[in-house]
Amino acid sequence: MPEPVSPPAPAAPIPSHAELFFAFFKITLSGFGGTLPWTRRMFVEEKRWMTDNEFNNVYALCQFLPGPNIVNLTTVFGSRMRGPTGAMAAWAGFLLLPFCMMIAVGLLYERYGDVDVARRLLSGIAPAAAGLIVATVAKMATPMFARFGPAPFVIVGTAFAIGVMRWPLLWVLAALVPVSIALTWWRRR
Amino acid sequence: MKSDSDILTTIAVQFAIMSFLALGGANAVAPEIHRLTVEVHGWLTDRQFADMFAIAQAAPGPNVMIVTLIGFHVAGMWGAVVATLAMCGPTAVLALYLARTWDRFKDAQWRVAVQGGLVPISVGLIGASAIVLARAASHNWSAVAITAITAAFAYWTRWNPLWLICAAAVAGLAGLV
Repeated sequence: MPEPVSPPAPAAPIPSHAELFFAFFKITLSGFGGTLPWTRRMFVEEKRWMTDNEFNNVYALCQFLPGPNIVNLTTVFGSRMRGPTGAMAAWAGFLLLPFCMMIAVGLLYERYGDVDVARRLLSGIAPAAAGLIVATVAKMATPMFARFGPAPFVIVGTAFAIGVMRWPLLWVLAALVPVSIALTWWRRR
Repeated sequence: MKSDSDILTTIAVQFAIMSFLALGGANAVAPEIHRLTVEVHGWLTDRQFADMFAIAQAAPGPNVMIVTLIGFHVAGMWGAVVATLAMCGPTAVLALYLARTWDRFKDAQWRVAVQGGLVPISVGLIGASAIVLARAASHNWSAVAITAITAAFAYWTRWNPLWLICAAAVAGLAGLV
């Protein structure tokens, strides 16, 4: 990763709980097509609550932690600003609007999901949604396949075990995570 | 017939466990969500699963909100609340804890190995999701074409994915799929 040319240390005062809540509420409001860029924009550029470097560090950590990454990211940001209660404010701000929206969509789906127009819409969107995931994984895997090492084998093995064989996730991870970590360890020595 | 509280407990336990296995986020566990909700518990049909995944992708907010839709479908409002809390709560607490301790081990060999070993696993999991979802959506050749075209545009251009979803929705409305 290139060293970011960032603005100097954040000048802004530490945000209040309410500011945290509404910052994340606003992010989800504008977050069509992924919330990460909006989060960076608000935290680093607009409000200057964090430097570019601090942002990248938290992001790197949350990328490989289990659970919904972006929710973890939100929570860690909140706690960096205002401790555990700040974390809760950010978490709630981030999830409230999408939650309500999903309830609304869920109601519509239960009632009109079988109507012809809805069927046509969804039969168009579903393959596109799958295509976006294909592109995501292609982008992530490209640099890893360009280097020699264990990573390509781990990627293909995991995808095969879950995607083709449909084995339970728990057992696949129990077998492959130690192997992958050991291979990485061994190659670095 | 199971009672409501039994179903809520099952939702809570299943999604909480799954959240800890979600290396690489919500997209990494799409096959496991499918396995549990369609194959193990019979809460959804194949088509409902594909619909809900698509809706969660198209709607604003994180993709993890598919669990809210599923919870709502299975057990109404409380189901939605329980599924969302179970999927988004426990791992957030773990992240808080680790974010505090992780920096201390910044240069430790084992930390580098753990981090380096987990990344290809999460890429593999998302790859599995891509396989499962592409298969589920490819009920005819025009659907396969939409998957391929969307993937190509999302990979080679920097267009907002929303436009791609909109284009696919229009194609669907026009009866092309």
